[in-house]
Amino acid sequence: MSSFSRCAACKYLRRKCPQDCILAPYFPSSNPQRFVCVHKIFGASNVTKMLQQVPGHLRAEAAECISYEAIARVQDPVYGCVGIITQLQQQISQIHSEIMKTKGEMIAHHCAHSQHHPPPQPQGDPSWSISLHQQQQDYSQSDEHLLRKY
Amino acid sequence: MRMKQAMKGHEPRSSSSCAACKLLKRKCTSNCIFAPYFRSDEPKKFAKVHKVFGASNVSKILVEVPEEQREDTVNSLAYEAEARLRDPVYGCIGAIALLQRKMVELQHDLAIARARLARYAVPAVSSSSPSVLMDENVGMVSFDDMPCCSGVNESFGQSSSELTQIQPMNDFGQFPYVF
Repeated sequence: MSSFSRCAACKYLRRKCPQDCILAPYFPSSNPQRFVCVHKIFGASNVTKMLQQVPGHLRAEAAECISYEAIARVQDPVYGCVGIITQLQQQISQIHSEIMKTKGEMIAHHCAHSQHHPPPQPQGDPSWSISLHQQQQDYSQSDEHLLRKY
Repeated sequence: MRMKQAMKGHEPRSSSSCAACKLLKRKCTSNCIFAPYFRSDEPKKFAKVHKVFGASNVSKILVEVPEEQREDTVNSLAYEAEARLRDPVYGCIGAIALLQRKMVELQHDLAIARARLARYAVPAVSSSSPSVLMDENVGMVSFDDMPCCSGVNESFGQSSSELTQIQPMNDFGQFPYVF
């Protein structure tokens, strides 16, 4: 790569960008800020080593993840992307509580519904009562599945 | 000569150095920024952080944060370093992808559960109508500039970034290691 088309890394490091620059494919000159963050948090040397340790076909993803971690750390120097993990875990816990609460309400309603609406006795057209009974069972079974899941 | 050898036993012992200064083979001063957080009995912790971030970068990060938040900073750096060493491609991002995927599944289940509950509710009294499928308090963490990872991209939201608005938490006691 000529000096006129250096990658963002080599531009920032003020060095010549060789043809086989390992950073060039992942830090194009069009996005200089990305490498600035990566360099600030990990350092060019560490990033180069990390990418070298990864198979070639996975380097793009590795570079993306490293960049994301660096940006997150620049924006939140204390927790970085670990703060995101913590928040996600809390949200999952909250949703789980909501599901359990809803489950409790479903059970309560289900019992009340069963008590007040017992299955009808077969009268007249058997197919109608079976259909309604089957529908109630279908609801019950699908609700049971949902209730059992948690 | 014998005097020198005798005095050697009275010199400051290297065991008083923090894990960082031991690894870096330097004198651990009284105002060493690493010493409070990288005790000598936890050599691996600093070794991992140093390998991923580098001592110089860690020092700069610590200097930039308030002293009362440095312990949390070190712990989160140690976690990130551990994650990256175990998974050189995805590091922490793998955990984020899994958690976000899980959250989407649970939100879907919650929506279904609430819709079913609405069937039982009295229409006039219902506070969780079928149209209210998502609790406003249970929002999704959305990301911008997410890595274009074939393995994790589908797990990330495509809406605008909320990275800067995420409130950091202080409790790492109940923070399991997901790997």
